[in-house]
Amino acid sequence: MSVLVFADNSGGKFKKNALEVTSYGKKVAEIAQSNLVVLTINASDVSELSNFGAEKIIKVNDDKLKNFNAKAYADVIKQVALKEGSDTIIIDSSTDGIYLAPIVAVNLDAGYASNTVSVPNSIAPFIVKRKVFSSKAFDHTEIKTTNKVIGLSKNSFGLVENKVNTVEEEFSPSLSDKDFNVVVTSVEKTTGKVTIADADIVVSGGRGLKGPENWGMIEELTEVLGAAIACSKPVADLGWRPHSEHVGQTGKPVASNLYIAIGISGAIQHLAGVNSSKVKVVINTDPEAPFFKAADYGIVGDAFEVVPKLIEKLKEFKGNQ
Amino acid sequence: MKILVCISHVPDTTSKINFTEDNTKFDSNGVQFVINPHDEFVLTRAMWFKEKQGASITVVNVGNISTEPTLRKALAIGADDAIRVNTEATDGFYVAKQLAEVIKNGGYDLIMAGKESMDYNGGMVPGMTASILDYNFVNACIGIEIEGNKATVTRDIDGGKEILSTELPLVIGGQKGLVEDKDLRIPNMRGIMMARKKPLKVVEPVDFDPTTVITDFEKPTPKSNCKIIDADKVEELVDLLHNEAKVI
Ligand SMILES: Cc1cc2nc3c(=O)[nH]c(=O)nc-3n(C[C@H](O)[C@H](O)[C@H](O)COP(=O)(O)OP(=O)(O)OC[C@H]3O[C@@H](n4cnc5c(N)ncnc54)[C@H](O)[C@@H]3O)c2cc1C
Repeated sequence: MSVLVFADNSGGKFKKNALEVTSYGKKVAEIAQSNLVVLTINASDVSELSNFGAEKIIKVNDDKLKNFNAKAYADVIKQVALKEGSDTIIIDSSTDGIYLAPIVAVNLDAGYASNTVSVPNSIAPFIVKRKVFSSKAFDHTEIKTTNKVIGLSKNSFGLVENKVNTVEEEFSPSLSDKDFNVVVTSVEKTTGKVTIADADIVVSGGRGLKGPENWGMIEELTEVLGAAIACSKPVADLGWRPHSEHVGQTGKPVASNLYIAIGISGAIQHLAGVNSSKVKVVINTDPEAPFFKAADYGIVGDAFEVVPKLIEKLKEFKGNQ
Repeated sequence: MKILVCISHVPDTTSKINFTEDNTKFDSNGVQFVINPHDEFVLTRAMWFKEKQGASITVVNVGNISTEPTLRKALAIGADDAIRVNTEATDGFYVAKQLAEVIKNGGYDLIMAGKESMDYNGGMVPGMTASILDYNFVNACIGIEIEGNKATVTRDIDGGKEILSTELPLVIGGQKGLVEDKDLRIPNMRGIMMARKKPLKVVEPVDFDPTTVITDFEKPTPKSNCKIIDADKVEELVDLLHNEAKVI
């Protein structure tokens, strides 16, 4: 038996997600007294994974898999799982991960626990803790099937360094035309910017900023911190910022280390989507704003005065580092 | 074109979430149920297909009788008929099995679901349903155009978007972007009157053992107090974030 982790890469580089699922997989394998196998697709240098417990790495290199393709990737995962006798498959919660995981589950007749935030409490029965009701609660889910798929919630386990000797093995999957019935014809990606999904820090602006012309200071703060930029729903609906920046229950989820909310009241739907962030800061003129109840640090004050000062102090701080 | 829209019946987004029976059951007492927000975008997009290109819209829910008002609401928005699979929606795989059965019997060209429901946030049903049927599938769909048998679909990806091309039959997991918030349809009086007369068929579930079971729930531990920093001393915030929280 083995635990199979799919470690996704972007242009050959492993992101934090990939290292986190590998760390997590190592722990699950320990608890289950099983072995960890890590699958990579089109990554030439996999040595980084050795630092996080990857004892065995299966490398698939195939030009047909250059673009992410959920069905084809799921097919590869199935073939590797069967070859390696893997009964537990672990996938991250990136946009691609959550696209892929349900397909893998059906392929392997596996029960699937998405948004998992813990290692199994027990192996028999196999029970994990999951986020439910938009982070307003957790549940304990028992996966009853022999094969199991776990979707690991982002930033819930963290990176655990664990240097091991790694065996690398090449594998050539057999892919059929049916795997490529959905084809990517074009990709539009903002380059050079930190995305909300990858960011350690997210700076978010709300309707309290009064208008799109006032986002200069938010962008500057974002830059100083190396953060991703986000906004509340009305800000996107009003067209002040693109929809891709809308975070919350109906927007993108945020699970960063630091979330800074500026001029955001902290409505329940907003908080639901950002609550998984480890540390939350609120800057708001209204001391009664609900966000203060959810935040770790708060400043009661006018964003137009506080933010420029914060930028200045952060620059000083970065300068002294 | 025959469209099936999968409707999830979920607590209103402002609901307080509580549990009963020793934290093993969701407490629906005083909770208002609504159409899952993602499904509202999907349903409105389906209405555009119906109005601009000609299509029939069936809405489906896997759930007990308490979900019927939500299906009626979808009918009032403009769907033609409804199907309820008469069972508790306990597990994503189980729900997908039921939907796959409905789809096999109904012969739909396009199956539109929200990418996840706001209760258990599984994000499982669209992808699993597609896989069970071996239909094409696109998740996190923020745009879709159909011409004949061909579909052009836009998918939200980390840091951008992707255009995909595929063919019907197709399952999508949709979200905001399919239509804008301001375009969302809400039922009007005439729609509500008409919905009463539209067919709502109840079918019995097929047997399938649940693959997962929720044993119990817990609520997050409440936050300790927020530290308030003086607006004139923002350097203290920088210091706390660095030395105490260790996030910068
Ligand atoms: C089904 C549904 C789903 C939803 N999903 C989401 C979601 O995913 N994400 C989301 O964000 N919302 C969502 N909402 C909307 C949510 O209910 C709130 O309306 C929204 O979050 C409010 O945005 P806001 O905080 O930017 O604006 P407001 O509530 O208007 O708050 C603005 C805040 O700025 C403060 N302020 C004003 N001036 C200043 C100043 N000069 N300096 C500092 N602070 C100032 C005010 O005190 C106030 O607290 C959803 C609603 C529904 C019904």
